[in-house]
Amino acid sequence: MSLNTNSNALALKLQSRDATREPTWVRYSLIGVALIFFLSCLLLPLILVFVEAFKQGLAVYINALTDSDTLSAVKLTLLTAAIAVPINVVFGVAAAWAVAKFHFRGKAILTTIIDIPFSVSPVIAGLMLVLIFGAQGWMGGWLMDNDIKILYAVPAIVLATIFITVPFVARELIPLMEAQGTEEEEAAIVLGASGWQTFWRVTLPNIKWGLIYGVILCNARAMGEFGAVSVVSGHIRGQTNTLPLHVEILYNEYTFSAAFAVSSLLAFLAILTLILKTWLEVRQEQANKHQPNH
Amino acid sequence: MSQRSRVLPGFGLSLGFTLAYVSLIVLIPLSAVFIKSLGIGWGGLWEILTSERILKSLQLSFSAALIAALVNVVFGLLLAWCLVRYTFPGKRIVDALVDLPFALPTAVAGIALTSLYAPTGWIGQYLSPLGIEVAYTPIGITLALIFIGLPFVVRTVQPVLSDIETELEEAASALGANRWQTITKIILPILFPALLTGFALAFARGVGEYGSVIFIAGNQPYKTEIAPLMIISRLEEYDYAGATTIAVVMLILSFGILFLINLVQAWASRRTGRVAQ
Repeated sequence: MSLNTNSNALALKLQSRDATREPTWVRYSLIGVALIFFLSCLLLPLILVFVEAFKQGLAVYINALTDSDTLSAVKLTLLTAAIAVPINVVFGVAAAWAVAKFHFRGKAILTTIIDIPFSVSPVIAGLMLVLIFGAQGWMGGWLMDNDIKILYAVPAIVLATIFITVPFVARELIPLMEAQGTEEEEAAIVLGASGWQTFWRVTLPNIKWGLIYGVILCNARAMGEFGAVSVVSGHIRGQTNTLPLHVEILYNEYTFSAAFAVSSLLAFLAILTLILKTWLEVRQEQANKHQPNH
Repeated sequence: MSQRSRVLPGFGLSLGFTLAYVSLIVLIPLSAVFIKSLGIGWGGLWEILTSERILKSLQLSFSAALIAALVNVVFGLLLAWCLVRYTFPGKRIVDALVDLPFALPTAVAGIALTSLYAPTGWIGQYLSPLGIEVAYTPIGITLALIFIGLPFVVRTVQPVLSDIETELEEAASALGANRWQTITKIILPILFPALLTGFALAFARGVGEYGSVIFIAGNQPYKTEIAPLMIISRLEEYDYAGATTIAVVMLILSFGILFLINLVQAWASRRTGRVAQ
């Protein structure tokens, strides 16, 4: 008994001698547990989407994708992202220019406000629009009198998506532009460049990759948003259904293969997003290696 | 021109545009919720706060988000640790797929997780005989929130972990600390603020999450209805006052919790800041 404890203690002592590394068995078990978690939480759901999509054959898959309701959902999703993403890019660049290049009071409050959409439930985002544009809402009467339809129509879907994706580009650019400082822009101005010339020729090339990164994430969220859009869309098939809403309808009608077929489009978009993102990160790492001072 | 920061042009334009934009898109719409709630008064608030069904849904949303965020702190740290410190086959793919919950639309994640963990699903069929029902129970809701929140923890911890200099660990080792002491006394305190940020982000996202949850929840009254769903069902009954009250309770609770976490965070970074000096 005591011999056993002694040898255990000795073994422990030997293992702990190198206190900057874990013993091999610990390392392998940690990796094992992490991979099991990764598999059951992340990888299997992704694989399942594609397996279920093709379960009833290619014909069913193609039918589901070429259905007119699916095609109009694709169009609406693309349209929504095509409006929401550029608007939030302009906002993100302007906000990052103000926050990162200048000192002013209330900067911390402004950055907190920019982050608000991250911590507000998408359903509450939808509710806000209902309270403003709904029949009993602030602008409801006026909109009705002028025959303008916002709620349960495309404008509300776009507005909800814009709200949800406000922080993405700004959040990516603010730390990047803060780290880059203002010397290069100041040099350009001193040498006689105008403000816009400085922005297009100095700032934009410097923030290009961070901007693309933000755009990719913003776009993924814009195309995939569900909760906020669900509240304001009205779920009119072929008219106000985005792709994620179309997935919900198909799933609730128990046409699972069609639901997963449409899902596979979105999953493909997600994979594309991740590939682009990883490519950008690898690029960044290499750039950092070549310029250790930058 | 003497002020260095004002050499650059465009301060007025960019700040003006930014303020106008966040006011129009974020602040005014959000204030609509609070202004609407003022018109409801205490009677309406009392009705919501004493409705058992709504109370249960709030309880479920907050407790599931809390448990999911805690699980994510543990497994997020584990994943970040493996990604930063170890090499294993497929590491690059694992690293890339950690962001899947950011990139995959929540509705897709929701139906995929439901099919996976339903009693007949790939994983559910093995859990069901053990008496573990995941889909259509609070466990399933928590699981969906774990999925949604994971990248928040991994991505906030990962950069801090890779910035920790090995000299610190070598010093601890040289001074006679064993590996466990080095991890709990040196590494974890450095990681604590990042873990807390990840926890807060995952929690905030989880409380309000809708798309990935409603499919796996089953939505049984008093049992698996989440608070955002209650807002939607009130809206469908054109009960704007009821929907707004639930929304305001949710907003106040989650902003309050985030504020508390911020306080702890400020305290923790002051503390670890001093330790580092």
